[in-house]
Amino acid sequence: MSSARGSATRDEKLAGSVPAEAMIAGSPSAGERELERELLVNMGPQHPSTHGVLRVIVRLNGENVVECRPDIGYLHRCFEKICEEWNYLQIGALSDRNDYIASLANEFAYYTALERLVGIEVPERADFIRVIMAELQRISSHLVWYGTFALDLGATTPFLWAFREREVLLDLFEAATGARLTYNFFRPGGVRNDLPAGFDREVKKFLEVMEQRIGEYDKILTGNRIFVARTKGVATLTAAEAVAYGASGPTLRGSGVDWDLRRDAPYSVYDRFQFEVCTAPEGDCLARYHVRMNEIRQSIRIVRQALEGLPEGDFRGKTPKAIRPKGEVYMRTESPRGEIGVYLRGEGGPGPYRLKWRSPSFVHLQLLPLVGPRGLKVADLVAFIGSIDIVLGEVDR
Amino acid sequence: MWASLAEQVRLQFETWGLPEWSFSLANSLFKALVILHFILLSVLFLVWLERKVCARFQNRLGPMRVGRPHGWLQTLADVLKLLVKEDIIPESADRWLFRLAPVLVFVPSMMLFVVIPFGPGMAVYSLDVGLLYLVAVTSISVLGLIMAGWGSNNKWSVLAAMRTAAEVITYEVPLALAVLGVAMLAGSLNLERIVEAQAGGRWFILVQPLGFVVYLIAMTAELRRTPFDLSEAESELVAGYNVEYSAMRWSFFMLAEFGALVGFSGVAVTLYLGGWHGPWLPPVAWFLLKTFGLILFIMWVRWTLPRIRIDQLMDLGWKFLIPVALVNIAVTGVYLVVM
Repeated sequence: MSSARGSATRDEKLAGSVPAEAMIAGSPSAGERELERELLVNMGPQHPSTHGVLRVIVRLNGENVVECRPDIGYLHRCFEKICEEWNYLQIGALSDRNDYIASLANEFAYYTALERLVGIEVPERADFIRVIMAELQRISSHLVWYGTFALDLGATTPFLWAFREREVLLDLFEAATGARLTYNFFRPGGVRNDLPAGFDREVKKFLEVMEQRIGEYDKILTGNRIFVARTKGVATLTAAEAVAYGASGPTLRGSGVDWDLRRDAPYSVYDRFQFEVCTAPEGDCLARYHVRMNEIRQSIRIVRQALEGLPEGDFRGKTPKAIRPKGEVYMRTESPRGEIGVYLRGEGGPGPYRLKWRSPSFVHLQLLPLVGPRGLKVADLVAFIGSIDIVLGEVDR
Repeated sequence: MWASLAEQVRLQFETWGLPEWSFSLANSLFKALVILHFILLSVLFLVWLERKVCARFQNRLGPMRVGRPHGWLQTLADVLKLLVKEDIIPESADRWLFRLAPVLVFVPSMMLFVVIPFGPGMAVYSLDVGLLYLVAVTSISVLGLIMAGWGSNNKWSVLAAMRTAAEVITYEVPLALAVLGVAMLAGSLNLERIVEAQAGGRWFILVQPLGFVVYLIAMTAELRRTPFDLSEAESELVAGYNVEYSAMRWSFFMLAEFGALVGFSGVAVTLYLGGWHGPWLPPVAWFLLKTFGLILFIMWVRWTLPRIRIDQLMDLGWKFLIPVALVNIAVTGVYLVVM
């Protein structure tokens, strides 16, 4: 049987597999003639370029993407439900696990929401420490993105270069918080501990190195003609679409929308620093790339200013003995990936009655079926997924 | 030296009263053995070198543990591992195609070495249509690649096989056209004659710079190395046409890939970089030095550039390289007529 199996049986198999799979995907049925030419493939959940356990069901016509649908949930951990059982302090540590590439951004969102709900004052020094750490986190998150994006495009060396710098950052985080990935560093009304002695010196040293290294990154990738050919005009999002789909962060700014919560709805002490909101009008993968690279530079600026202006004082403010708030609050912060929104409702218990987490990656993933059929090739699809910088821990929660 | 040694052995055979064919058989077997060992040893070395080179580019050390200075035994350990790994043939695979494919990929890359002259009179067979033979042989391996992709009965590998077919067939054209310029200048298709025509530092790269660039690009594409590694684009196709292969069958693809790397580089050295010519060192040393130098360059390219897309690959091949190669031939022709 094995040697007799020709192309006919193969075609039958393929054609036979399409409707069944299509039912799962819920995709509209196409004519039979179309189906014969098309190839239905599962990209993921085990695939090198889906940045985690994401499954994308892709209908291909040769190399062209006809349709693609993300299938998520492989990493679902019942975050929001668990939050209803746990108390407010425990949730801080749990929120780290949402976007594990930028843990502190989650903590920032959660604790600012909690502080608004309870009405806790944060001392100035604590706020400065938070901003320093959050911006360093933004740099480290963008470094991971830079490396993996290059990897998606087939260049391996930038990945290891980016991780070289990230390693220094992780050492800094370890010195300050004791952990390298999920820090659990913020507390209601401040942070867990003061910055260690000599931390500012080490950070300044790193920032100087980092500025040089961005030049290196530019040399190997930004100016590369193959890189530009692979990203320019690929997976273009107009400003209207980006807004309509709820995009935020670099994905939104890459479409030319000048919107950054750090400037437009300032929280913590962001209103005291000078920085530019980076935008690029084109809306393609290259534009998103430029926005993120510039954001690294701006984050360096912010950290420098914060280190200069770091006031003396408490690193943690006064908090009530028992945190049992009543009422509701919605707080949004600018994470490296976009807008994290936290809806928190307390009914006087030790933990929240309801916590809703709006994660930017989840929202951005919805762009995939929109952008996919626009003449994208398989390679472009990979480039697009890389350029919106999703973290599956945040998509599925 | 080579020829006189063979002559002595032949005389010895005669004194022993052995027939003429026994000598040619022994001679061929010996040459095959030498070439095969050369290829296997250089692949062993190249795999190690590639890992070391890329490690250096990426601020890493690369293999350090197996083999004292700089992990030089690492590849050997890897080969041992591959030998004892389970050989899996997927149930739905076409068993014949699946089994035949690695051989069909491996053999042509070995066949390259038949005509490459390692030194004066040191080609396995000094074929008068050597260049034609090379162009013909290089186009066989694509069959094996398609068979591997199709026979695996895996959608990703089929996709990779289609890419490979498109890529290899496209780039064969500029490759052959580029090589034509050299043949015109040397007035021969015999690789030894071509090298002899480059004596005294008259390397063909000096008069055929355009042809060399076209050859280098087309060769990188034929070898399917970055930036043309679409057929094994890990980030797009998981692994490529060999996704279902394991153990020694898989390593045959690797062997073929690195063997072809040495082969194509050797051909480039022969055609453009003066072959075995060079001062002080013996000819073989010069040939190997140039070949491995070129391989180092290709590795450098691989660990620097991102991958290009399939349509850009086709554009580059049909709309740029082929016209450039044709212009090169025209200019060479005019040059030959005028001079």
